[in-house]
Amino acid sequence: MRRGRGEPSEGSPTQKMWAAALAVAVLLALPAVLSGYAVTIFILIFFYAFLAQAWNVVGGYAGQLSAGHAAFVGIGGYTAALLFERGVTPWIGMFAGGALAAVLGAIIGYLGFRFGLRGFYFVLLTVAFAEICRILASNVEAVGGAVGLYITFTGNPRQFQFQDQRAYYYIALALMLLATGVTALIERRRFGIYLTAIREDETACEALGVDVLKYKLLAMIVSSFLAGLGGTFYAFQNFSLQPGAVFGIPLSVEIVIRPIIGGAGTLLGPILGSFILTPLGEVSRSYFGQSGLHGAHLIVYGVLLVAVVLFLPQGAYPYLRKLLSRRNIA
Amino acid sequence: MTEPATSSNRPPTFRREQALLLEVHNLSKRFGGLQAVKDLTFTVGEGEIVALIGPNGAGKTTAFALISGFLAPDSGTVRFAGRDLRGLKPHEINALGLARTFQIMRPFPRLTVVRNVMIATLGRHRDTREAERRARAVLDEIGLGAKAELPAGVLTLAERKRLELARALGTEPRLLLLDEVMSGLTDAETERIVELVRALNRRGIAILLIEHVMRAVMSLAQRIVVLNYGERIAEGRPEAVANDPRVIEAYLGDEEVTRAPA
Repeated sequence: MRRGRGEPSEGSPTQKMWAAALAVAVLLALPAVLSGYAVTIFILIFFYAFLAQAWNVVGGYAGQLSAGHAAFVGIGGYTAALLFERGVTPWIGMFAGGALAAVLGAIIGYLGFRFGLRGFYFVLLTVAFAEICRILASNVEAVGGAVGLYITFTGNPRQFQFQDQRAYYYIALALMLLATGVTALIERRRFGIYLTAIREDETACEALGVDVLKYKLLAMIVSSFLAGLGGTFYAFQNFSLQPGAVFGIPLSVEIVIRPIIGGAGTLLGPILGSFILTPLGEVSRSYFGQSGLHGAHLIVYGVLLVAVVLFLPQGAYPYLRKLLSRRNIA
Repeated sequence: MTEPATSSNRPPTFRREQALLLEVHNLSKRFGGLQAVKDLTFTVGEGEIVALIGPNGAGKTTAFALISGFLAPDSGTVRFAGRDLRGLKPHEINALGLARTFQIMRPFPRLTVVRNVMIATLGRHRDTREAERRARAVLDEIGLGAKAELPAGVLTLAERKRLELARALGTEPRLLLLDEVMSGLTDAETERIVELVRALNRRGIAILLIEHVMRAVMSLAQRIVVLNYGERIAEGRPEAVANDPRVIEAYLGDEEVTRAPA
């Protein structure tokens, strides 16, 4: 046989394994030398990378631009928090939240895909869905209404609560690695190969025997399940859930913008995007926030987004990969 | 233009001895005021090569879309290998062994050529290695083996036509619907595709082709069905169809018919 895989080769599989192992080892050791503030930044980097990777399955690989992924985070968080009030540990509530998010993801996906909503129309459907969730959560007193839910601090690890921020660091890291592992698995199987083709031309896929509706739905289910898991982390790291924060458009934007900047539909794009944007967002947020310019970090996002669309339309990671492989040849 | 209604309902009288693979019966489709396909009836036998010809706008591509499940007919039936295709989705029809190409080619431009064909082979071979092996075999047969690692978007027109064919072939069909796979090609390229189609047919794949390149149609087709304004106006062996006055009239118009060369 000629060259190995269908994709252009970049580094042998063993090389990649070593690089990944090294990166994970560094991230595992890092809290030993990081300041408390740096640890909280890394928690956000991992957590947003995790949500971005979850989005990447349906938004990047399958090319279905969900702009309401915050809804799944909110549903997952609310489910775990409400179950916690009734004595169920968030370690279980987390999966209940993920499952409920997956069910709703399947329903939204079915409505959108069955009736052929594409491009902007699917974007609008998902935004509307998240907004409906936000308005419902704000107005139903049983789930805390506009005030939201507050979680009493116990500091008990069995209740997903930790005195030490480094515990959250490791959980967020584990979530990011979980989503990336799932995506890597999907990427090399039939499912993932189909998704990349569905993104390019659904009609051609149908003609070649691909059940487009089924695979788009599966992608949506995997994606919303993962995002739903993230809700529990959000709730129990912040000890509170506000409808505007977890269902709102700003969180959806945070989720979408990372893979787009880093490289949607690539395995490492969402992670790279989060490593670029999260520190930038945090620094500019606190810098501008001090001078009373709240929300100014969004201007930084906007400028970066325009720059990426203009100069690196595939995202930063594919560009980086090209640079590296060119150097290898030289 | 007023007469052909009577002759178009004449049942096909050719090759009755062959087992029927595709049976199209009284198929009709209307788009608003346009009757795109009207009471179309024809068959394709097991292992046969049939050409569907007619002037631009005669309803050929619409007929393909109706057969392959991309459009639902207003009335009429399509049976494939004895099975009624009513209500089946295109991917289900493909899984039964009926593959089509598109007149306006639809490669996945950012995927490599071999990945393009893998989308087809994965349907019957879930294992990605096996699917890739089969995709490469198809590409070699089609003459695109050397381009396997290129993104499909960079292929030339002729290569894209062949990729379209390779992908349809990758689904391992019993019947291949080819929509103008030779138009826009040079004579040499056309000749290669003709040879290819003949080779596929020898392997037992039945072919239904839409084609404007008459030389290719005449040399390939065992039977020709002629459409005009959505209706079948003639059917028969290539020589008979070529000399049929109704066909000449459809192609050249009323005034020309007396002076038209045979």
